Amino acid sequence: MRFVRLVQQQLSLAYANKLDWLTPLLFFALVIILFPLALGGSPQTLAAVAPGLLWVAALLATLLSLDSMFRGDHDDGTLELWAASQASLLRYTYAKLVSHWLLYALPLVVLSPLLGYGLHLPVSALPVLVLSLVLGSLSLVWIGAVGVAITSGIKYNSFLLALLVLPFYMPILIFGASAVDVAAQGWSALGPLYLLAALAVLSVTLAPLAVAKALKLSLN
Amino acid sequence: MHPVLKWFYQWAVPHFVYPRIQTGLPWVALLASSLLVIGLVWGLVFAPADYQQGDAFRIIYVHVPAAWLSMLVYMAMTMMAISVLVWRIQVAELALIASAPIGAAFTLMALFTGAIWGKPMWGAWWVWDARLTSELILLFIYLGIFALYHAIEDKRQAAKAASLMTLVGVVNIPIIHYSVIWWNTLHQPPSLSKLDTPSIHPDMLWPLLITLLAFKLMYLWMLMLRLRTELLLRYPQSAWVQAIVQAMVQAQIQPTKDKSKDNAR
Repeated sequence: MRFVRLVQQQLSLAYANKLDWLTPLLFFALVIILFPLALGGSPQTLAAVAPGLLWVAALLATLLSLDSMFRGDHDDGTLELWAASQASLLRYTYAKLVSHWLLYALPLVVLSPLLGYGLHLPVSALPVLVLSLVLGSLSLVWIGAVGVAITSGIKYNSFLLALLVLPFYMPILIFGASAVDVAAQGWSALGPLYLLAALAVLSVTLAPLAVAKALKLSLN
Repeated sequence: MHPVLKWFYQWAVPHFVYPRIQTGLPWVALLASSLLVIGLVWGLVFAPADYQQGDAFRIIYVHVPAAWLSMLVYMAMTMMAISVLVWRIQVAELALIASAPIGAAFTLMALFTGAIWGKPMWGAWWVWDARLTSELILLFIYLGIFALYHAIEDKRQAAKAASLMTLVGVVNIPIIHYSVIWWNTLHQPPSLSKLDTPSIHPDMLWPLLITLLAFKLMYLWMLMLRLRTELLLRYPQSAWVQAIVQAMVQAQIQPTKDKSKDNAR
């Protein structure tokens, strides 16, 4: 099956099941709303912690969304058919990841400036927030997929998934939050953004190899 | 086949590995413990005090070997992971799983001694410095590999998943190693990486090199102990394990028989 067809198929499945991809988005918004309530509405306090909050919330929302990535295909045997067929499992992996990013990460990116504004982040820092989340979420989804694929044969794996994936999320979180932080203070955020871009290129090119291998192992 | 090559290949065969561990174990244990005692006594008692840090620097003789081993064990596990995924060697699977908790223990030891060292030198038990953070990440990676292996019931599949996870986690090792060079951090740069002109005096260097070697042998020692158990647990049905267990049971029964005789008398 052609790559574009595969992505289209995933997107139309998601169109039929809207709650599935809207939940992580709602989670993201709700977690952010909790903080002004907990910390009090002082603009200075909120603006100081906003970059970290937005990034941690986006990271956790992505982590929550990961669980469903291969679940359906693993349970109904689609994955086995893919592994047994002539088609490359790598293409399937890429299609899955691209559609997952479009469905779960892109909405977060789109919503983030609104929430950033709500946390009194300077308007000049909002483009950097969006850009850092675009680059960072690529790494988050692609690296997270390795963890999902490795644990796909295990029941009740969500805590194990977090344990496996979160250590690898730390560098992304550090550079992402620091990019927004630096931009909020009025400096150039190019340094951390370049590092985020480098991490994104690395994970987008290398992680699918590990994902495909792990999927094959989980099928056995 | 050349006998040396044959000897080398036999390391992949469980029933050749077990007796080799049995014969090697006392020697490794003796060498490791005596080097450890020599290195620690020399370092902690006889080495000169540092002109800046005084006697507090002496924790280097535990901290540096532990930190070094935390990375070395991971590199060893990476080799084992490649052997598992490429050549499907079962002994390597067991050695990988036997190594993970040892590596985690060394990492924890490095973090703990670092905290003890950091309190008088930096004024804080913990700082979010690049070296410390990446070492903490390493601890979680070790624990993740261990948890993953135990979460999967089919142990061969579990070992393959753990091997893949090990290979993914290896990206963290260069980050730990170069963190003190890439970022301008609080943690001091390495004292030993420049082999020709080490930035440490020979009187302090020698005990450090001895404890380094002792810690490496300690890893080997613990690995042999754990691997021995893993081998017995993995192949309970095979003839050689049954023979070993028989011998163990015999050895257990024999003394109690003698005792009962004594009582009868």
